Amino acid sequence: MTKEAKQVLVDMSVNLGGMKMQNPIAVASGTFGYGREYQDFVDISRIGAVIVKGTTLEERYGNLAPRIYETPAGMLNAIGLENPGIDVFLNDYLPSLSQDGVNVVANIAGNTVDEYALLSRKIDKHPGIAGIELNISCPNVKQGGMQFGTDPELVKQVVQAVKSETKLPVIPKLSPNVTDIVSIAKAARDGGADALSMINTLMGMAVDIERKRPVLGNIFGGLSGPAIKPVALRMIYQVYKEVDLPILGGGGIVNTRDALEFILVGASAVSIGTGNFVNPAIAEEIAQGLENYVIEQGLKGINELVGAAVL
Amino acid sequence: MPLSAKGLVISNQQVGRDLWEMEFLAPGMAAESKPGQFVHIRVGDDHDPLLRRPLSLYDVDQNLGSITLLYKIAGRGTNLLSKFEADQLLDVMGPLGRGFTLVEGRRVILVGGGVGIAPLLFLARELQVRQNEVTVLYGGSSSDEMCSLDRFVNLGAGIMAATLDGSAGFRGLVTDMMKKSIDPLSIDYFYTCGPEPMMAAVAEYAVQYGLAGEVSLEEYMACGVGACLGCARKLKASDNAYVKICKDGPVFPMDAVELR
Ligand SMILES: Cc1cc2nc3c(=O)[nH]c(=O)nc-3n(C[C@H](O)[C@H](O)[C@H](O)COP(=O)(O)OP(=O)(O)OC[C@H]3O[C@@H](n4cnc5c(N)ncnc54)[C@H](O)[C@@H]3O)c2cc1C
Ligand SMILES: Cc1cc2nc3c(=O)[nH]c(=O)nc-3n(C[C@H](O)[C@H](O)[C@H](O)COP(=O)(O)O)c2cc1C
Ligand code: FES
Repeated sequence: MTKEAKQVLVDMSVNLGGMKMQNPIAVASGTFGYGREYQDFVDISRIGAVIVKGTTLEERYGNLAPRIYETPAGMLNAIGLENPGIDVFLNDYLPSLSQDGVNVVANIAGNTVDEYALLSRKIDKHPGIAGIELNISCPNVKQGGMQFGTDPELVKQVVQAVKSETKLPVIPKLSPNVTDIVSIAKAARDGGADALSMINTLMGMAVDIERKRPVLGNIFGGLSGPAIKPVALRMIYQVYKEVDLPILGGGGIVNTRDALEFILVGASAVSIGTGNFVNPAIAEEIAQGLENYVIEQGLKGINELVGAAVL
Repeated sequence: MPLSAKGLVISNQQVGRDLWEMEFLAPGMAAESKPGQFVHIRVGDDHDPLLRRPLSLYDVDQNLGSITLLYKIAGRGTNLLSKFEADQLLDVMGPLGRGFTLVEGRRVILVGGGVGIAPLLFLARELQVRQNEVTVLYGGSSSDEMCSLDRFVNLGAGIMAATLDGSAGFRGLVTDMMKKSIDPLSIDYFYTCGPEPMMAAVAEYAVQYGLAGEVSLEEYMACGVGACLGCARKLKASDNAYVKICKDGPVFPMDAVELR
């Protein structure tokens, strides 16, 4: 059989809590802008879902510079949710991206439960969005970030409030900066989440010994990249065992092997963040790499692999 | 349109203390390149260093389809870059960012400090083509840390060097040399790249004589294409919004920036 003939036989599509994706690859919020920034480097129509930059009700200017710093096999960022606000996003940024026929997932952050609800209502009324990721895990803003993601009761409230405003798949993004990830995941499920996204960045910092000061303008930042992969794998493994929801897994994925590891511990789909900075065509390459793997293994589809390494 | 390519390294050699020059073939990229833009380079296949490194276009040979870089060994990334040999492939994105405005038929001064001279060679070449009268002022701490002036001389541009230790040209700051030897009435436009205090002195001088110009800024970068918002900077302390050095710059009008 020729390679082309084989390729039609394998099923790479996944259903992430009601959102149909042509393949399990998503690009992570905040690392892919609004899609157009990368259009010269990657075929966006080949990406399963594009999760856009975290959006708030009002425009935010973001944190003081420097906002990023490279660390061993990773990086710290403290962007501070710089974004133009939900209305500008929906009216000006979204149209050019959704015309590519790609799944666009909004990522929202509010200061209060009501703000999450209002953001969701605005998105629900607007065509062109395939799902809503709830950023309840941003370590870089004073409000509307991690505080929501570290308290199970608040997690449940936020998810419930959003669910009552929209029929779109609702995907809370969990913070790894907690002692018991499973209780947070259960709270999200109890609130009515359709899927879970995990993990966001791990809170960290860097120190400048010449200036005797923290490096980042915000002092603390979120650690991402290959350095956090083992933590992400562990948390997804734990949640997969205990909570019956599809998982969008990510944290340090930079090649096909990494993506497979996430799928094997229970991720139905994977998100690529920092990896885009290293190789702008990485999403397309890993989508192809996964397909090749499924063919080589003689499987019918990618779904057969989900959770296969969970004991 | 920027692209991602595997450049074929033609040469990579040391040209001064901790200073290297690399030429690679990337015809599509070379054809699109404008002075002041940069390329974003992956220096190895490993996860450490993980991120790409931004380097200016030092020179571009559009006939040959090659791009030349001038880089200073500043840490692990640039050190790894210096290990590349001819015939190896270089993973490079570019050209990125907004470059210099190319004026025509004017009298222009280019002030470069240290490795900040890098974007000024390609700029001088393109300005010469546009019938400008080009004078380059190049400052460094010592002549052995500076690139050769020949490339500028060969273009037909005027060039003057200043060194802190007096090992070549004027002894002292390049901006002091500028104040002593350049008649402000004979200048139309400034371009500058280098340490910020140097660029600040150039900008102050320009403003004093009511002249305009452009500066090239730096910030740490991750994506290099405007997607991560990591390279943000407030051009003026009173600004609310940040600009992205990689996408809105790295070149900005002198009067739009408060240098530090
Ligand atoms: C648009 C742009 C154009 C540049 N053009 C050139 C050029 O033509 N030639 C050249 O030699 N250098 C240039 N630089 C600076 C160059 O990118 C850094 O020196 C390089 O990334 C350092 O990498 P490293 O791994 O060797 O050092 P690291 O170990 O990462 O750092 C060593 C030192 O370099 C500084 N540094 C690291 N990254 C940056 C950065 N992105 N910007 C500024 N300083 C940094 C750090 O503060 C540190 O002190 C440019 C920077 C920018 C933003
Ligand atoms: C520069 C940068 C900006 C980010 N911005 C957001 C954001 O706005 N909202 C969000 O939910 N996550 C944000 N993240 C987190 C990523 O989406 C991702 O969850 C995290 O980086 C871990 O994945 P990675 O290791 O593949 O990068 C950001 C990450 C980086 C590096
Ligand atoms: S480096 Fe990512 S926005 Fe400039």
